[in-house]
This record gives sequence, structure tokens and C-alpha cells, in this order.
Amino acid sequence: MEDFNQLPPELIRMIVAVVVVIGFVFLNSLVLGYLERKLAGRFQLRPGPMEVGPQGVLQLIADAVKLLGKQFIIPREANAPLFRLAPFLAFVPVGVSFIVIPFSQKLQVRDFDVGLVFILAVMAFNVVATLVAGWMSNNKYSLFGAARSVAQNVAYEIPMLLSVVAVVLITNSVSMKEIVLSQQEVWHVVTQPVAFLIYFIAGMAETHRAPFDLPEAESELTAGFHTEFSGICFSFFFLAEYTNMFFVGSVAVALFFGGWSGPTLPWMDYSGIVWYMLKVYLLLFIMIWIRWTFPRVRFDQLLNFCWKYLTPIALVNLLVTAVLVKL
Amino acid sequence: MTTATGNQDRHSFFLNMGPQHPSTHGVLRILLEMDGEYVLEAEPVLGYGHRIQEKMGESRTWKAFMPNTSRLDYVGALICTHGYVGLIERMAGIEVPPRAEYIRVITSELNRIGSHLLWLGAFLLDLGAFTPIMYTFDDREQILDILEDVTGSRLTYCYYRVGGVNRDIDESFIEKTRDFIRRLRGRFKIYQDLITDNIIFIKRVRDIVRFTPDMARRYGLTGPLLRSTGIRYDIRKNEPYSAYSEFDFEVPVGTTGDCMEAYQVRIREMEQCLRIIEQALDRLPEGPVLVKTPRKLKLPPGDASFSVETARGELAYYLVSDGSDVPYRLKIRSPCFSNLSLLPEVCRDMLLSDLVMVLGTLDLVIPAIDR
Repeated sequence: MEDFNQLPPELIRMIVAVVVVIGFVFLNSLVLGYLERKLAGRFQLRPGPMEVGPQGVLQLIADAVKLLGKQFIIPREANAPLFRLAPFLAFVPVGVSFIVIPFSQKLQVRDFDVGLVFILAVMAFNVVATLVAGWMSNNKYSLFGAARSVAQNVAYEIPMLLSVVAVVLITNSVSMKEIVLSQQEVWHVVTQPVAFLIYFIAGMAETHRAPFDLPEAESELTAGFHTEFSGICFSFFFLAEYTNMFFVGSVAVALFFGGWSGPTLPWMDYSGIVWYMLKVYLLLFIMIWIRWTFPRVRFDQLLNFCWKYLTPIALVNLLVTAVLVKL
Repeated sequence: MTTATGNQDRHSFFLNMGPQHPSTHGVLRILLEMDGEYVLEAEPVLGYGHRIQEKMGESRTWKAFMPNTSRLDYVGALICTHGYVGLIERMAGIEVPPRAEYIRVITSELNRIGSHLLWLGAFLLDLGAFTPIMYTFDDREQILDILEDVTGSRLTYCYYRVGGVNRDIDESFIEKTRDFIRRLRGRFKIYQDLITDNIIFIKRVRDIVRFTPDMARRYGLTGPLLRSTGIRYDIRKNEPYSAYSEFDFEVPVGTTGDCMEAYQVRIREMEQCLRIIEQALDRLPEGPVLVKTPRKLKLPPGDASFSVETARGELAYYLVSDGSDVPYRLKIRSPCFSNLSLLPEVCRDMLLSDLVMVLGTLDLVIPAIDR
């Protein structure tokens, strides 16, 4: 205990934060993965996972153990170092993003002045992992997936940022905490419904969720950019996807749904996180719902939709917001 | 084909789609010459599941080949068997009791609906919608249960016999079938909302390719694809076999011949199938279901052919007999083969996603191609 006290408190806090974040990434993926499979079952007139644990709650843990036990195969023609690196490129940034998420008034690792810019920048980094994974697999289907992913992410980044800027114009700040605090009277989803819709659609495209799941379109590209990945490295992509979904949801909640605000619960200081999580998972539920209902769009339709509709509408929305704010 | 060496003017590369690929629905391989996401040329490569069915037909007795016929187009197995028994009855001059003909029509039409439902689900799966297949399978399951009660199997039926059917149907079969008709009529509304009116589905399917009557003639296109081009050709109407001439039903046709029309033709066809089944159940004649045929059946020398309308088009059997108890030559004409041969022409300069969609529209059953 003596030695423990001699450690600098900063270091202890950092280690605790890292452990909590990684734990949360896994937990979130377990919950979302289970939720997705159960909900998909509901939508499809079937019970979903039922075998492992009561109502199949342990199914995802069983899957994780199975994936850990699998051999990681590197194709002979693949670029081995970069092929190995790709899953980590996908996985590491998602941990970093947690720094700025304001789960409640007090639960935030650090409130950067540029928190929003930071989280959007880190989220955009995901595309590098997809590109490296697809390109270095030396598989044509993977390459297709990577090429699609880059075009899609670059295109949808624009309406996403434009819609976010509209909110920033109102709040006059890019600190996540201040954006949340600025919504104490009225949520931005009321004042900026168009921006929210654009953000949500673009967010689904950013995270490659159906109907925008073109980089991994299984009926066309077998599994897209992660065709060649197996075992734990495959599950890193899986974890990254679900964590990115969580970020899209949590940025939406912070920007448009008043963040942690909600009636105070008996836990007082920590009631914020309950509301925050509830809102995020509600948005994610809608994303899952959409995924299991719609067919996939075609690639040119996806880009047309972005450039011809989303981007112009986002621009007009931004312009109108700017004029109204100035008034 | 010019693609054997690759075209030098274009920056093209080859993409091997299949034999293991989620949307070829079997062991079909398609060699694609691609320019980015665009397909320049497509060449189907067959033969991965070839089982010498025709030769098997020539090396065993007339009756012994019957189980093989349900392994051709296994999604519509009863209809395939229907063609073969019809052929032998035509050659041997066997008169089938009317009740047996009616039972054949009822079970064949149930099988056709099941086939269309499977296609519908798989087609939407090709388009990336995961949910509809569960709904269509739920409906198809009812058909399989009904057919299982009377035939004893769920997929590769061997129910028809030369001279009738194996077992008579009972009251519970009729009851269940009527329930199913009611149920499916209600489900069409769900499919309308879930699929037909879905904006993404419409955008994906409409006006991508155009099957023309001219193309249909050149490739021998049959079935819903042919009817989607506006040609009203259905063996059940044009060359009625079994008891089909006694029923009142329409042959749905399209106008433009795109994939949306082919989709709608199939959906409307299911409604017509229900009408046929209803009429057959109402007017089901009494009597035996099987006439006695000699154990060692010898057909008179000569040749004959018999066509049936499967869920995919015209399935024709042609055989030559030399008077012995095995066929001299048996030729099977599968609609899937002709329908697939159209693919290279229609998919030129189209996106890979559209190729998958067109492949889904063709509704191929690969074992019927690789016989």
C-alpha cells in the first residue's frame, strides 16, 4: 500500500481510465451484439440466440472465446506487417474517442476545448483501417470493399460535418460539455431537426451499417474488406464497428438530445449517465431496426444520394442557421 | 469469347465469382472481366455439380429413374416428376384417373408457390435485405408441412407414379390447404408493404436491364422472365397437360421486361396458383388415384416429348424408346440453362451489384443446369 501511494496520481488515473475504456468497449460490443441478434430475431419471427445462458445472454461471450481460439491466417500473397496492423488501426482509435464523451456532468475523462473536432477526427480515422485491411489482403473482393469504403466515408463526412457545424453555430463552442449545457432549455433536435436527420443518415453510412453496408456487402463481396481476417483480428473489426456505432449515437445525443440531461434519479450525481446511455441505445435501436428492414442501396445511388441531396440540404441548412443566428 | 486474353484497350481485370459465392446459389462460377466496379464481360462456367442425370436415365428402367427427376430442380421437385410421368404415360398410352390428375395439379401448384416464395426470399437476400427470407420461409414451411403429410418428404418428393399418385389425399390435407390459401392471401399485403413499396427496392430493381421478346427468342427464355417481356406463353395454357385445361386462371404478363416486372409476374402468379388450387379442391372428383401398370413396363418403339411449366419456365423431356424396358435416349431441357445463357448479354457494362440482382432475378437452380 505504501508503494502504491508513491505512484503519481496522474498515472493511476490514466491506467484506471484505460482499463475502464477497454472494458467498456468490450461490454458495449457484447451488449450491442446481443441486442442486435435478439432484435434481428424479433424482426424475423424467430427467437434469436437461446442456447448459451438464459435467453442466450452468454452467446456473445461464447463467440468471443471461439474467436480467440481460432488461428489467425495470413494469406500467402498478403502484405503481412500491414495485414497484421490493420485490425489495430481499427481498434485503437475507438478507445481514444472516449476521452471527450460527456457521460454526465462529472463523468468525462477530459473536456477539450476542441472535443467535438477531436471525436470526429478520430472517428474518421476508421477509414484508414478499412483501406489498409482491404488493400493489403491481396484479395479482389477485399479491395472492392476498401475502395467502396473510402469513397463512401469521404463523401459522407461532408454532410455529417456540415450538419454538426450548424449546431456549433448555435452553441458557439466545440467543447462537448458546453454543447450539452447549451441545451438546458431546448434540445437541438427541436431547433435543428434537418441537421439531426442528415447527421444520423451520414452516421449510418460512416459506420457501414445497412442499408449503407457496401464495404462488406455480403451478397456481392462475400465479406468485403475483412474477408481474409480470422480469429481475434476479425473480432477487432467487429468491436470497432460496434464502438463506432456507439460514438455516432453518443455524438448525436450530446449534440441533439441534450446529453445527460433528464429528470434526476435517486443516484443524484450519476443519474446523468443513465439518461445518456438510454438515449444512445435508443438511437442504436433505430439503427438496428433500419438495418434489418431495408435492402442495400447500390454504390452509385449511395454517392448520388450524398452529393445530390444530403450535401446541398446540409449546406442550405447551415446557411439558414447562420442567418438566423446572426439575426 | 474475346475475354480469354483480356482486352488490351481497357484497364480490366478478372474476378472469379464462385463456385463458392453467397449469391450464385450453388456451385455456379462466373468469370467476370471487370473495369473497376463495372462488369465488361461475364462468362458462366458450368459443370461443378454434374451428375450425368441423362445417362442415368438411359441405364435404368423407366420407373427407376423417377426419383432422379426430383433432384433436377429440387425447389420444384413435384413439377419435374410430373413431366417425367406425363411423358411415360403419353408414350405408353396410360389413362390417368381424374382424381389423380387433380391431386397432381394441387400438389404441383403448392410446390410452385413454395418455389416462388423461396425465390422471393433469396432474391431479397441478394439485394441485402435479410428479413424477407424469414417471412417467406415461414410461409413455405406451411407448404412443406402440407406436402409432407401426403408425400412423406419435404424437398425431393417422389410422389407421382406412372398412372397416378402414390397416396390419396384426405380431409385434413384439404382443410390445411384451405387454411394456407387464406393465410397466404393475407401475407401478400405484408410483402407489398415490406418489399414492393420499398423505395430502395424499387430503385435497385426497376429499369436496370431489359429483357426483350427478341432476346427471349434467341436464348429460349421461358417462364416468368419470358412473360415479363409481354409474351403470354405458359405451357399450362398453351399446351395444357394434366387437368390444367379445366381451370380458370390467368397468365400474368409484364410490359417492359425489367426485373421489377419479372418480380411482379411471379407475385401475381402465386395468386393465380391459389385460384387453381381452390378450384381443384372445390371440384375434386371421386375415384381411384392410381391405375395398375405392368411391373416391367415396356414402351413401344418411337419417340415422344412432354413439357411442363415449372416455376422457372419450360421443362421438357424428350425420349427415344427402342422397345425395351430402358430408354434408348433421354434428353432433359432445363429452363435454368437457357435463362442463364442470357446473362452474358444483359450484364455487359453493368455494376457488380446489378449483376447480383440480375442473377437473382433469373432464379437459377444450379442442379437443374448441371444435370
